[in-house]
Amino acid sequence: MNSVLGIILQRLGLGLLTLLVVSVLIFASVNALPGDFAEAILGQGATPEAVASIREDLGLNKNPFSRYFSWLGGVLTGDFGTSFAQANMSSFAGSDTGKGGIESVAAQIAPRFKNTLFLAGVAAAIAIPLALTLGILAALYRNSVYDRAVNVTTLSAISSPEFFLAYILILFLAFLNPILPSLSNIYDGMAFSERLQKTLLPALTLTLAVTAQLMRMTRAAIINLLASPYIEMARLKGISPMRVIVRHALPNALAPIINVVALNLAYLITGVVVIEVVFVYPGIGQLFVDSVKIRDIPVVQACCLLFAAAYILLNLIADIMSILSNPRLRHPK
Amino acid sequence: MTFNMNRRGLLKAGAAAGIVAATVKPAMAAGHGPKKGGTLRLGLAGANTSDSWDGRTHSDSFMIVMGHGAVFDCLTEIAADGSLKGELAESWEASADAKTWTFNLRKGVTFHDGKPFGADDMIASLQMHTADGAKSAAKPIVEAVVDMKKMNDHQVVLTLKAGNADFPYLLSDYHILMYPAGAESEAIASGNGTGLYKVESFDPGVRCVVSRVAGHYKGDDAGHFDSIEAIAINDSNARQTAMMTGQVDAINRVDTKAEALYNANPNVEIFEVTGNQHYTLPMLTNVAPFDNLQVRQALKHAINRQEMVDKILLGHGAVANDHPIGPANQFYAADLPQNDYDPEKAKSLLKAAGMDGLKVNLSAANAAFPGAIDAAQLYQASAKAAGIEINVVQEPDDGYWSNVWLKKPWCACYWSGRATEDWMFSTAYESGVPWNDTSWENARFQELLLTARAELDSAKRKDMYTEMQMLCSSEGGTVVPMYANYVDAHSTKLKHAEAVGNNFQMDGSRLCERWWFDA
Repeated sequence: MNSVLGIILQRLGLGLLTLLVVSVLIFASVNALPGDFAEAILGQGATPEAVASIREDLGLNKNPFSRYFSWLGGVLTGDFGTSFAQANMSSFAGSDTGKGGIESVAAQIAPRFKNTLFLAGVAAAIAIPLALTLGILAALYRNSVYDRAVNVTTLSAISSPEFFLAYILILFLAFLNPILPSLSNIYDGMAFSERLQKTLLPALTLTLAVTAQLMRMTRAAIINLLASPYIEMARLKGISPMRVIVRHALPNALAPIINVVALNLAYLITGVVVIEVVFVYPGIGQLFVDSVKIRDIPVVQACCLLFAAAYILLNLIADIMSILSNPRLRHPK
Repeated sequence: MTFNMNRRGLLKAGAAAGIVAATVKPAMAAGHGPKKGGTLRLGLAGANTSDSWDGRTHSDSFMIVMGHGAVFDCLTEIAADGSLKGELAESWEASADAKTWTFNLRKGVTFHDGKPFGADDMIASLQMHTADGAKSAAKPIVEAVVDMKKMNDHQVVLTLKAGNADFPYLLSDYHILMYPAGAESEAIASGNGTGLYKVESFDPGVRCVVSRVAGHYKGDDAGHFDSIEAIAINDSNARQTAMMTGQVDAINRVDTKAEALYNANPNVEIFEVTGNQHYTLPMLTNVAPFDNLQVRQALKHAINRQEMVDKILLGHGAVANDHPIGPANQFYAADLPQNDYDPEKAKSLLKAAGMDGLKVNLSAANAAFPGAIDAAQLYQASAKAAGIEINVVQEPDDGYWSNVWLKKPWCACYWSGRATEDWMFSTAYESGVPWNDTSWENARFQELLLTARAELDSAKRKDMYTEMQMLCSSEGGTVVPMYANYVDAHSTKLKHAEAVGNNFQMDGSRLCERWWFDA
């Protein structure tokens, strides 16, 4: 088990390094976008004096290096800063009475991220069992009409852009047959059943977006094994085809399946941006889109770090799980 | 004296002249009074995560509808028929020079926390806009006040730097909300206002729920819903979907390209008014060739305005006449001679200026207004017949307002208009002001601007403002092709009075107060 622990530590270290690189990339690319927060937020009112005053207030006129490092310093001490939008709004009040409260970026993101995790959870709860079942059945009845039908359906779903899938689902499930609400405006204190109902359409859209890969991977991993001698042996013993696959083939196919599940889980968290906008789901994706529009660097950075961290952690978990599922890796010579 | 001018009368005159599109839609069947109850669900564009109950920061529709339209009150209100009426101020009087204004505040008004509203609250709320370093958009309005004197708990006398006959109109501005004195910060944090609805929950940029205050001073005349749920839907498609699937009862900023879909849905009604929102093409009049009056006039006759309304706004607008005053203004001059498309006249104007052709650049980006590039290309085509060659320069959206507007000699721009003529003119047409986007200077215009500001006699003001619109139209540096309508949509269950405010979208952004459910 020591080797597993070593791997975890090594991977966590590398993960932190990746996050650092990501943060540099994000900072550089947001800076490379034309216009900055001051110009974006002022719009027509972007007179030179107004732009200069906002840049002064937010420290945007300092050089990018010192801005990046002061932000990094904050993050290392757990302070993600204040969003430009909030800081700018509170400066309307001047030094006198009547300031509202300012939320930190972390406080702003936390409830949104919780919502995104909920959506990802619901989507995963539907997509993973569905894809595994479809995949196993496809392996069992490979090259049958069923196999081809499942392949064609899931592959066409994955080939369409997500917003298109979303609108198709809205058309059939919300407009023509009003079964599900098209508006996923969940909020704190909503009953779980209502929350679930409101989350169903975006979750189904996500399901359509990830099922193909999961299903195909499951099918391929199992079929790959079916040519092995030990499966031949099992067949010769007269075991039913279903049992051959579930008892004998599946455990050995777990490692690649877990990998692809982890990748798709990460996608469920980070790939929701467009879907959240279509369904007005108050998750991190909407916040991200709004913040990019106004070049609100602190929020954009924090969202990206969160996305990157989700990828790194889930990949790490996938690697650990596949080691644990493989005795040869668990007990290296 | 008390102002009670009726802009709707002027509006009707405009419609009779065939210039203004119908802004009043026949609504309810006769005999149906407003019904009480129900939860109004709004899908609103224009929400931000940095929204707050601080009126000084309000700039987009979500907070304008929920702020001055539901939770807070102003001192005055522009009624649906366009007249000015008191909200927290019951009546007001001006001195003969329009410099000293006495406001009598309504009695028996309380904030949602039970604290009574009085003179101190009014003074403190106004002072919030001039606080040290404050950046309120209403700062210029309040800065004009040199002295605020509390006469008693319900009377305040304001003294202005210079006479301003429109001052009570300016106080209807949605930035100037009334907060409890000494507890402004708390009121901003919790939304403690005097409005018809009190805040139940508010998640900035996401959702806001408010409920009707019992025993409100406005009584039964307004605030017919039990509660209102406003949902932030910035994406135009998502807003449309929510409206079509009946998830919300009303939405703002309808994408008119989808008009046919709305019309096909029997439960949804499109609803539009022509207000002051207008698109402009300002020329810098101190740069050649725009410094030549005849060149400007030639350009004004080389544009087909009706074609622009039909093709750029898809009919959801009205032809404008090269001045910034719109149908929602008090002294809108609907009967001015229209600058029309006349290539021959444009040619002869150029000839008079000693030119046989003209080559100019027109900078445009869709950041200026939706469809600005297409509009520039239409202009290019129509001007060709007049021997004018317009070279359309496509500018990037990002940084448009910093790098193109006020910098390039001729570009595209938009204005949402202002509640009063004086405010609009002194924002963008007065000589020397930073947003004078044509650098136009005209001695007569300048003189009228200052005289009309302090004139209390409406008949005289009407004459002066008409002349000013005339001057802009014939000599000014801006080509104003069109007024863009405010286009909203609502469920057919939702009803409203016959007169509908045209100063903002959604019935002057006061539909929460004015509308009701039929069944």
